Amino acid sequence: MSDHEYTPKSKLGKWFNDRLPILTLGNHLTEYPTPKNLNYWWTFGGILTFCLITQIITGIILAMHYVAHADLAFGSVEHIMRDVNYGWLIRYVHANGASMFFLAVYIHIFRSLYYGSYKSPREVIWIIGMIIYFLMMATAFMGYVLPWGQMSFWGATVITNLFSAIPFFGEAITNWLWGGYAVDNPTLTRFFSLHYLLPFLILGLVVLHIWALHVPGNNNPIGIDIKKPSNDTVPFHPYIVIKDLFALLIFLIIFAFFVFFSPNILGHADNYIEANPMVTPAHIVPEWYLLPFYAILRSVPDKLLGVIAMFAAIFVLVILPWLDTSKVRSAVFRPIYKQFYWFLVADVLILGYMGAMPAEGTYLLIARVATAYYFIHFLFILPFLGKREKTLDIPMNITDPVLGGSAKPSMTREQKQKL
Amino acid sequence: MIKIIKTFFIILLISIISSFSNAAGKTEKPLSPGWSFKGFFGTFDRASLQRGYQVYTEVCSACHSMKYLSYRNLGEAGGPGFSKEQVKIIASQFEVTDGPNSDGDMFTRPARPSDKFVSPYPNDQAATAANGGAYPPDMSVLVKARSGGADYIYSVLVGYEDPPAEISLDDGVYYNKYMAGNKIKMSNPLSDDLVEYSDGTQATTDQMARDVVTFLAWAAEPHMETRHKTGFRAIIYLFIITILVYFAMKKIWSRVETKV
Amino acid sequence: MADENKSKRRDFIFTASYALGAVGVGATVWPLIDQMNPDASVKALASTEVDISSIDRGQSITVLWRGKPVFIRRRTEEEIAKAKEVNLKELKHPEKDEDRAKNPEWLVMLGVCTHLGCVPLGDKGEYGGWFCPCHGSHYDTSGRIRKGPAPTNMEIPKYEFVNSNTIKIG
Repeated sequence: MSDHEYTPKSKLGKWFNDRLPILTLGNHLTEYPTPKNLNYWWTFGGILTFCLITQIITGIILAMHYVAHADLAFGSVEHIMRDVNYGWLIRYVHANGASMFFLAVYIHIFRSLYYGSYKSPREVIWIIGMIIYFLMMATAFMGYVLPWGQMSFWGATVITNLFSAIPFFGEAITNWLWGGYAVDNPTLTRFFSLHYLLPFLILGLVVLHIWALHVPGNNNPIGIDIKKPSNDTVPFHPYIVIKDLFALLIFLIIFAFFVFFSPNILGHADNYIEANPMVTPAHIVPEWYLLPFYAILRSVPDKLLGVIAMFAAIFVLVILPWLDTSKVRSAVFRPIYKQFYWFLVADVLILGYMGAMPAEGTYLLIARVATAYYFIHFLFILPFLGKREKTLDIPMNITDPVLGGSAKPSMTREQKQKL
Repeated sequence: MIKIIKTFFIILLISIISSFSNAAGKTEKPLSPGWSFKGFFGTFDRASLQRGYQVYTEVCSACHSMKYLSYRNLGEAGGPGFSKEQVKIIASQFEVTDGPNSDGDMFTRPARPSDKFVSPYPNDQAATAANGGAYPPDMSVLVKARSGGADYIYSVLVGYEDPPAEISLDDGVYYNKYMAGNKIKMSNPLSDDLVEYSDGTQATTDQMARDVVTFLAWAAEPHMETRHKTGFRAIIYLFIITILVYFAMKKIWSRVETKV
Repeated sequence: MADENKSKRRDFIFTASYALGAVGVGATVWPLIDQMNPDASVKALASTEVDISSIDRGQSITVLWRGKPVFIRRRTEEEIAKAKEVNLKELKHPEKDEDRAKNPEWLVMLGVCTHLGCVPLGDKGEYGGWFCPCHGSHYDTSGRIRKGPAPTNMEIPKYEFVNSNTIKIG
């Protein structure tokens, strides 16, 4: 993996490294040549690693006190909040941590979209990332069921009923998912088991994600291929480590504000009412991070097609590296794509807002238009734009803007705007 | 092309904003009387908590359970601040079912501080049946279980009115201007001087509503004072270390010419 | 000179960052450890009351207190006499019987072997008291260790006689 042979200095180190080259790996990670012009949008990879570890640690702890049983789950959460030493802190970190995790992952994904990080030779990194994102949604959804409040119960009911849209086998599949004829104790216990399992799958995929990243190396804001190591790169440690740490601390300040001063603002009040299979809350919504997909689901009037549209919205992201035909990676040198990029951001935000509103009247109309635009962006605009767009001149390397003139000044202006 | 899409997005935004203003129904916005427990340094008013506990036991607890609280909570830090002895006396006023004893029989005994609050009904069905088909919700986390929280519950408590002429109400249904849908199955629980406060505070409806809502806010979030205190320290700490790390980063990056 | 000052300042920033970072990590780790300690509801379950009116002489009952068995034995005259006549010097863990049983008729103790936590069997062993089947510790009629690997006598919990028929443990 490393670009040069590494030999440990000490004899013991060498002995061990010959048997398990973990020191070589450590050396590779610290020396890993990283483009020196990475901006702060690149720090979210490190932040996401932190989020995953935090969720796993707090989750393991919560599992020590939580009882996965329909009659006891709600009470056990209250027990954690009231009696367990620092239980309130650990639970609020875990609950808000999920939201912070998604906030970071959305920034990470949109950074990739802006700078074209999904393009050759990084398609596999992108696809692994999409699988991670999908597993994150599954994990978060099942985690939200565990407190066994009203939103837990009805969220689980609505989402598992998506599968009833499958022709012929729908009912058999939902019964299989539930372990009964409705969401009940068997559903809760299996969701608990899977909620515990999936984060470790995600962790494994994160290792692959980073491994795949270290083959071509990082993309960078101007999206050009760089020689490694060279004038354009710095070793990962200490340069990127300290920068990631600084960004992480800023992120933690925001995180702390949520945990300590408005821990329930991202949740829903109805989830503090114990699950009741006889009463559906007046207005049920998923957690905010699933809202755009929820809006897509509801904007299609047919049950099966709605489900298909929702999964297609994720799948279209998986094949994105082949939909975007442009050879230029960074939006910095793609003036038209840049505008469409911001339209997409606005479109997803609108979808998210519509997902939180009742599915009727104007809301539904807007959601439909936004859904249509979402697919148009990926399926028509991107392939077409890649062929037609007139891109700006691209510099040869990061350090010296060889192609004087427009490229460099416009880049700095762009970066300033974005920061 | 781009212009068309831009206009399209502007139209979308405008329609979102307009639909937003349409969304407001006829239920009035909850009152916001101002609470000592709001804000970064928010703490509970001990005297108000104690009075609120009195209102809960003398009024609300006839129908509403608080099954996740224990009597010992009344004496724990950050709560109403009853002394250990007071908590024992309070607990001993309630009868709990315990057992089975060595003969296999259940028996009743006076409650101890470690016992959970005694519920007024043996189960949810009994509670529903005794209240005309409307289940009186458990109050342990009520403040967190209602959007609008403390403001909303306070508003409902003081929001009873004679119904407007065009609305006719069934028996056992009451008009409340803050309740979602304006119809509530709980009759107005508070009236002036319903309880007699031992600290001499005038027991107006408004005072009792404030006190009991303060008590419920504490019950829903008994560690809130610790949370605020810890949070304040954590954020100060994070600010300081962020600044330190910022300068460390500047130092390290000064070795390469590119600015961070 | 200027360089020296600069490097000193740099060292200060790094040292301070590390030190403060260590404090932060410590403060974060503590809640993660403390959450495994007995929680508030467990600590509150301090006492339990036991009705002893139906126990005859020479009989004992076992009740659960804080998740552990408590032996309550109404001892016979011989047992009391046997417990009192022991020479304290012979004992591995010298304790007078009077200090272990406030009311000599009643012995209240945690029924947990001090070796590795098994529950000893009553009316067994070479000293007429208890015998732990796990690793062969013998206890006398006062619950004191006489033979075997256990290091100390069986523990006496805090208890009091509420009235002649009731003992409150804890």
